[in-house]
Amino acid sequence: MTIEKVIMPQLGESVTEGTIEKWLVKPGDFVKKYDPIAEIISDKVNAEVPSSHTGIVKEIIGKEGETYPVGTVICTIEISEEKESNISEAIRNATKSDLKVKINEPDYGQLIPKQKSRYSPAVLKLASEHKIDLEKITGTGLNGRITRKDVLQYIESQKDMSPVSAGTTSKEIVQTQKEIVSSQPSTPIQIEKSAGDAEIPITAIRRAIANNMVRSKQEIPHAWMMMEVDVTNLVAYRDSIKKQFKEQEGFNITYFAFFVKAVAQALKEFPMLNSVWAGDKIIQKKDINISIAVATDDALYVPVIKHADEKSVKGIAREIHELSQRVRNGTLKSEHTQGGTFTVNNTGTFGSVQSMGIINYPQAAILQVEAIVKRPVIIDNMIAIRDMVNLCLSIDHRILDGFICGKFLKRVKDILENTNYYEKTVY
Amino acid sequence: MAVLSFIEAIHLAMKEEMERDEKVFILGEDVGKKGGVFKATQGLYEQFGEWRVLDTPLSESAIAGVAIGAAMVGMRPIAEMQFADFILPAVNQIVSEAAKIRYRSNNDWNCPIVIRAPYGGGIHGALYHSQSVEALFANTPGLKIVIPSNPYDAKGLLKASIRDEDPVLFFEHKKAYRLIKGEVPSDDYVIPIGKADVKREGNDLTVITYGLCVHYALQAADRLAEDGIDVHILDLRTVYPLDKEAIIEAASRTGKVLLVTEDNKEGSVMSEVAAIIAEYCLFELDAPIMRLAGPDVPAMPYAPTMERFFMISPEKIERAIRELAAF
Repeated sequence: MTIEKVIMPQLGESVTEGTIEKWLVKPGDFVKKYDPIAEIISDKVNAEVPSSHTGIVKEIIGKEGETYPVGTVICTIEISEEKESNISEAIRNATKSDLKVKINEPDYGQLIPKQKSRYSPAVLKLASEHKIDLEKITGTGLNGRITRKDVLQYIESQKDMSPVSAGTTSKEIVQTQKEIVSSQPSTPIQIEKSAGDAEIPITAIRRAIANNMVRSKQEIPHAWMMMEVDVTNLVAYRDSIKKQFKEQEGFNITYFAFFVKAVAQALKEFPMLNSVWAGDKIIQKKDINISIAVATDDALYVPVIKHADEKSVKGIAREIHELSQRVRNGTLKSEHTQGGTFTVNNTGTFGSVQSMGIINYPQAAILQVEAIVKRPVIIDNMIAIRDMVNLCLSIDHRILDGFICGKFLKRVKDILENTNYYEKTVY
Repeated sequence: MAVLSFIEAIHLAMKEEMERDEKVFILGEDVGKKGGVFKATQGLYEQFGEWRVLDTPLSESAIAGVAIGAAMVGMRPIAEMQFADFILPAVNQIVSEAAKIRYRSNNDWNCPIVIRAPYGGGIHGALYHSQSVEALFANTPGLKIVIPSNPYDAKGLLKASIRDEDPVLFFEHKKAYRLIKGEVPSDDYVIPIGKADVKREGNDLTVITYGLCVHYALQAADRLAEDGIDVHILDLRTVYPLDKEAIIEAASRTGKVLLVTEDNKEGSVMSEVAAIIAEYCLFELDAPIMRLAGPDVPAMPYAPTMERFFMISPEKIERAIRELAAF
């Protein structure tokens, strides 16, 4: 016993629906194939619907006077013979297999086996516009392909995380932060908030700074040393060329450039300070790349002056100028912050005369240049007014001892005290 | 607003234009007393008389030629080809005469004709009653080819075509005639030729199509919306010349484009749309441009199963969209 469906037939080329005028059979009636079972009217013709099977009318579904789209089931017929039509069966099978035939349609899946690192133009464009490292995005497309939508969603999520972050830099740090978080599970402390207290959400960059500081302070045994330097000659020299330099070069010649130059030169002579602790060994770096700390209102960036030992004071001054500009207008890229081997920090700009810096992990030391102040100094048993500055050095005591650091600082001091119009010039 | 079928909207546009301008007249096979084989001109013979609704001999070349001549001396003929398949004997008249008159006469003459023809399959019309012929004409400057997708557009675009100063081929999907219904205002409005229309706003991928396939794409999009796939649909409406700006905008919006046509795939209108996207949108694309079209076989088969195999359907569009969405 099989139940077969009778559908609204197509009565003409453009006819898409028909109205049942009258049923000619009722449930229980026996009908032969091609017997009329209903009268149908359409836009173009009136016609009788022939039964498509021999059997007993089971159910009348379509109602008289109602309009149904072509293909709608209007009644069912119960047929006794199991195999009513071998031909229709054969056609059905043939069609099924035909439908499976692929007519040279490109199979996007097989075209490219692994998609993770193959980016569409849209994805690359978005990534470069928003300075996104695509390696950090999980692709949801075919075979892990990163889709345009994935990138858009990533950009959205980044916006949520850090509204003030400056492009790649913050992202770089965010990544470092993630690594740290995973290696050191932190235990949050419950601090009660009193009325009137403001709650400041932690931005991604703030958290990154925090994690780096914690890591450095917890892992590195810090030791400190300070040396006083007489920079009277340097100040006189710098002041004498300041105006002309600005006119000629278009940017300021700062004291800080002289300090960076002096440090780079001294590092060449004392390479132990230009190294990193690598667990079972110490790696002494060949390149002298000086990280300089540049602060904004709410964050701290550490761009790098590469090969500082190969540059003149002027060259260094120009790079300091350019990198500071980049930090301020948010165009600092990851390449500007990578590869630092030693950090010089200009704490003097805010008037500090002494500080204990935390080492920029995983470097071996950090030098804080304090404010230049006029002080009475005794020279050859006479009191003189001199421009004095304190250099504060923090060292990784695993790598360095006081002896070598004292010699290093002494050398920096010598270079600075001998900078004047005649000896160490800006060019 | 009245709900009209696609063919009723076409009928209404012709009726209104004939009432508005007595220079408008209809000629074609069986368009008079019989009212056309699809009944598009039903009642117009009775209303406007035998001089404005002309039954012609079975000669498409003559239908086009007479219309061109009449148009050149100031009339506004609407020539009906009974089926788009039968337009081929008139190609010389259309391509070499109508399309080129303005250019050839240095702007002294023009040819404001409309040639209406039912195209497309899915109605068991087989070889001679199912063809899509738009691509045959779609590289002939001087012609405009309009293919509306719904009753509202059909009325507004047919009126615009009748009022256009140059030849317009107006193709109507015959399966849409009674299948597609929609609200049509009774007032006198025109829709500008050459402007595509966004039929559905979406952000995940873009379907660009025209004619009956717009309807199928909308159905597929509704189903896909339930699964969170947000489809943008652009209806070309005029397939020549193409609305490049709208195509570029729609393709750039999502970066994933599915082009759908019932015509044979190679050399179809969609091939040109794909070329425009490739030329202008390289850096916006997130996936290869995908085309869903009729197979490259000579004709629409008669057997229902094989006709279904050839025809575009909501299911086929849905499958294609899913594949592209997953890319």
